[in-house]
Amino acid sequence: MAAELTQTGAEILLRALRDQGVEVIFGYPGGAVLPIYDALFQQNSIRHILVRHEQAAVHAAEGYARSTGRVGCVLVTSGPGATNAVTGLVDALMDSIPIVCLTGQVPTHLIGNDAFQEADTTGITRPATKHNYLVKRPEDLARVVHEAFYVASHGRPGPVVIDLPKDIVINKAPYTEPTVQHPSYRPRTEPDASQIAKAIALLKGAKRPIIYAGGGVINAGPEASALLTQFAHITGFPITNTLMGLGSYPASDPQFLGMLGMHGTYEANLAMHGCDAMLAIGARFDDRITGRLDAFSQGSTKIHIDIDGSSINKNVAVDIPIVADAGKALEALLVAWKASDAPVDKPALANWWRQIDVWRGKDSLKFTQDMKRGGIIKPQYAIQRLYEITRARKQETFITTEVGQHQMWAAQHYRFEQPNRWMTSGGLGTMGYGLPSAMGVQIAHPDALVIDIAGEASILMNIQEMGTLAQYRLPVKVFILNNQYMGMVRQWQELLHGSRYSETYSAALPDFVKLADAFHATGMRAQSVDELDDVIHAMIDCPTAVIADIAVDQAENCFPMIPSGAAHNEMLLGPEHEASGAGITDAGLALV
Amino acid sequence: MTSPTDTTQRSATISVLVDNEAGVLARVIGLFSGRGYNIDSLTVAPVDEEHLRSRINIVTSGTSMVIEQIKAQLDRLVPVHRVADLTMDGPHVARELALVKVICTGEQRVEALQIGDTFRARVVDTTLGSFVFELTGATDKIDAFIDLMRNLGLAEVSRSGIAALARGSRVI
Repeated sequence: MAAELTQTGAEILLRALRDQGVEVIFGYPGGAVLPIYDALFQQNSIRHILVRHEQAAVHAAEGYARSTGRVGCVLVTSGPGATNAVTGLVDALMDSIPIVCLTGQVPTHLIGNDAFQEADTTGITRPATKHNYLVKRPEDLARVVHEAFYVASHGRPGPVVIDLPKDIVINKAPYTEPTVQHPSYRPRTEPDASQIAKAIALLKGAKRPIIYAGGGVINAGPEASALLTQFAHITGFPITNTLMGLGSYPASDPQFLGMLGMHGTYEANLAMHGCDAMLAIGARFDDRITGRLDAFSQGSTKIHIDIDGSSINKNVAVDIPIVADAGKALEALLVAWKASDAPVDKPALANWWRQIDVWRGKDSLKFTQDMKRGGIIKPQYAIQRLYEITRARKQETFITTEVGQHQMWAAQHYRFEQPNRWMTSGGLGTMGYGLPSAMGVQIAHPDALVIDIAGEASILMNIQEMGTLAQYRLPVKVFILNNQYMGMVRQWQELLHGSRYSETYSAALPDFVKLADAFHATGMRAQSVDELDDVIHAMIDCPTAVIADIAVDQAENCFPMIPSGAAHNEMLLGPEHEASGAGITDAGLALV
Repeated sequence: MTSPTDTTQRSATISVLVDNEAGVLARVIGLFSGRGYNIDSLTVAPVDEEHLRSRINIVTSGTSMVIEQIKAQLDRLVPVHRVADLTMDGPHVARELALVKVICTGEQRVEALQIGDTFRARVVDTTLGSFVFELTGATDKIDAFIDLMRNLGLAEVSRSGIAALARGSRVI
């Protein structure tokens, strides 16, 4: 005889969320989720953060998840609530961020009737999520919530949608406790010992090795980053990070070559091009990394560690595939390296480092800042000073970005020593990501310094979230590198389209100082280099949210750059360097 | 070893054991269309009432690297239990069923019936002016039958797509 049901679906839902450890939900109410909001109102253990747009709710949950390693939780209504969330979901899918997004739905008997605020949410989000559910029976509700958290956080993390018809959350439902295992989804996390042995044999004999580590190391937890550092130190190998992997290895370490890829350093890209053994960990050989595929690191034997088997041999054929959690694989590599008595080719390694030092000597991130009074601020200099000042102040600092030139300059010039401090939209490249993401980070770390390095165009894509910052007194700092252009697009137009700046000038910009004021924040502005430090200090000292509008050189381009369709050894260096690199081919012009 | 430079196309018969839940077929088809893979044939039906499993059989084509990708992409879908590449894993049997409507009279009727006999097709419906043949077999056998019927009043074809199993004692 079943026990009498006493709780509504909405209450069961919140109970399941609590059992999954949820403390914060980012959301926006609406008709289909009214019963859930009513249940939220009557409890105190889960905090709801009211955003101003559903896309921002997902980005905020991403910031929360990336800075804590926990699953981010989102609650939106049916129809437009769900469709607005889609950009955030795809962003989380591309960057492997664990999110559970609850969407309202019209009652089950109206599904398919084109009811008010009805959308086929599971249909729309199927390719936008790792997995999704439509709950059609009250008895499935609790189990589905538990499964969703398991799926979001196990294997390669990702977003999971649970579509909740209104009658399901109104009617009484039974509760089921979380179970440890999913009935079918059991991703492999332990590396194959024989593959680890092959990898170590290759690495021991390597003459020109490189470690190429990505966001998978960060997703594997801070222990994985510590193991990566140990492994690099024990081997003495050079190491480079992807955009997503920044912070998994301390940037100040002498073995660190900086970021690789389209806007990576000269030494990182040439070391990838010239290596004889490559150890890729939690990175997916994305087109922004490889450049022209048929010229990518042709002389190397490649080891690829990834928790997602479909990432292996997708773009680049590898010789030693290892499907495993990055942390577990690194642990096994460390043990096997220590146990192996095979000699390391020390003279060859020393030669390799001499070569890398020659490449380093190019100083590919070099720029020249005019330090005279009234000098125009170089965007790189603004980030360099932001880095130096925040580092000197020793406050725990988290950086988010929007998408574009400022993002790449931040990746190049802000140096991360620890994982989970850097939140950027890597795979999808979502303008408007940084502000809501910073909001989520600040909720998770109320006492930390959270800075959104932004461009003046990107920031306007989710500027409404200034209202959320005001409501919850979140002292997020928005640091705008304002060049009055959609800078990265302008740069491509300059390089590829004869400097025809089609629609990339940011006309009719708001007065960002007044805009901050209107949103109960503090606005400040730096027009020239002599004002920069004072503004950065004032921004950090300010107890409220800040928009710091930094007027930067409008003509500055982001270098180095591997033009689309070019190889790693065909990089364009900046105007500080002699002519370099290849021209852009017709095939390259077709690439993004 | 797969190589990105190997452009040789091969055909692959892939069987996928999935949870019999709403949307699972859309998930598999969406994977193929979203990533630009070919589907030459597709069948799906429940095969295990006890564990609520369905079996999807897909015939696809691509380079070895693409087919390895397809298998890996299928394998990471949450409701997917098993993925088997019947073409690579050893010998297998693949059969499909076709219903073929032929509209003809006189000499052509006799000819169509004789060819049907040769192919061991059964006549499952007949009128004075038409037949419906039922035919099972490998895809090329059915293709051959349909080709022959073209000159004998072929009017309509309905095919099931293939069902496939590994030969011997191997199971998915």
